Amino acid sequence: MAKMKEVLLDPIFKNNPIALQVLGVCSALAVTSKMETSVVMSLAVIFVMALSSTALSLIRNHIPSSVRIIVEMTVIASMVIIADQLIKAFAYDVSKQLSVYVGLIITNCIIMGRAEAYALKQPPGKSFIDGIGNGLGYSFVLIAVGFVRELFGSGKFFGIEILPLVNDGGWYVPNGMLLLPASAFFLIGLLIWGIRVWKPEQVEEEN
Amino acid sequence: MEHYLSLFIKSIFIENMALAFFLGMCTFLAVSKKVETAIGLGIAVVVVLLVTVPINNLVYHAILEPGALAWAGLPDVDLSFLGLITYIGVIAATVQILEMFLDKFVPSLYNALGIFLPLITVNCAILAGSLFMVDRNYSFVESLVYSTGSGIGWAIALIGLAGIREKLKYSNIPDGLKGLGITFIAAGLMAMAFMLFSGIQL
Repeated sequence: MAKMKEVLLDPIFKNNPIALQVLGVCSALAVTSKMETSVVMSLAVIFVMALSSTALSLIRNHIPSSVRIIVEMTVIASMVIIADQLIKAFAYDVSKQLSVYVGLIITNCIIMGRAEAYALKQPPGKSFIDGIGNGLGYSFVLIAVGFVRELFGSGKFFGIEILPLVNDGGWYVPNGMLLLPASAFFLIGLLIWGIRVWKPEQVEEEN
Repeated sequence: MEHYLSLFIKSIFIENMALAFFLGMCTFLAVSKKVETAIGLGIAVVVVLLVTVPINNLVYHAILEPGALAWAGLPDVDLSFLGLITYIGVIAATVQILEMFLDKFVPSLYNALGIFLPLITVNCAILAGSLFMVDRNYSFVESLVYSTGSGIGWAIALIGLAGIREKLKYSNIPDGLKGLGITFIAAGLMAMAFMLFSGIQL
């Protein structure tokens, strides 16, 4: 049982897919200007990752290794189509804002990477937990960045006003830079710095 | 003609795939350590985008679009939900064919691109090229222009970042920021520089 917990919790800080393995950064940067989109995107990624890891792990002994990439792509693409249709059905406004980024979960390297490195070697139960754990690690970065960008960029949290803006008669002057895409780079860079100061064993050797 | 030229410039600078939409970031951050490899990967991305986006454009308009199957007597069929799986299939197949073609006829280029070719299948920038093309309803010629432009834009950003990282070796960076952290911040500064183009109307 203790092992299961490790599989679930390790990817959040100790082996974070974005901060340490540089996987799946693309979508992480683009959808984080608001909490709502960050959360929906995180849920979609956790959903796809858990299901595709389980499915691939179930059929892992039947896949010839020469065609495994295309099998992985097919399974992942099918899961993403399900997630995409679900978001369109139940959260249409958010799906408009996320535009192509839901589809891009297919090429999100975290999912491919975990399928290659973990799901093809481990039993389905553990792969399911591993998928959820890595999804949570991804969500942690997404939601942390989304929180800072929405709160200080537009003074809101889930669209509810927290810091009253100067334009509306309040006192808070919004930091417009945080709404620009470039700020996501800085925030993730600083987040990585923070994690590595906390856990110095992650510092990269000079090459 | 003017319309195509402005689309071309727009897709290189104003809507730069890497720095405005954050696409292909994994490879962007991982393969930007040396200028030479960056150039090789940049060329591969331009070629693959140029081939796959127009093919997906034809596939979309001939088969997947709502009502596109009218010629087969099925005017009410809407297959657009199959888009994602079709595009990625087309991309994977194209990359595979391209690899075999280059291996046979242009071995020097094949050796130069090396492992980058198969990796391109999972590069978000390639799939995003096709998705944006469908989203914005480009015609066939527009999709040709758009894919060339966005490929070149991505390559420019990649080579630029690789140049910066080669110089970063000589700087004194705090331990926690070494490697990935400082690369993110350098890419952020590049993205801000590219935003200068954003006001341009052609």
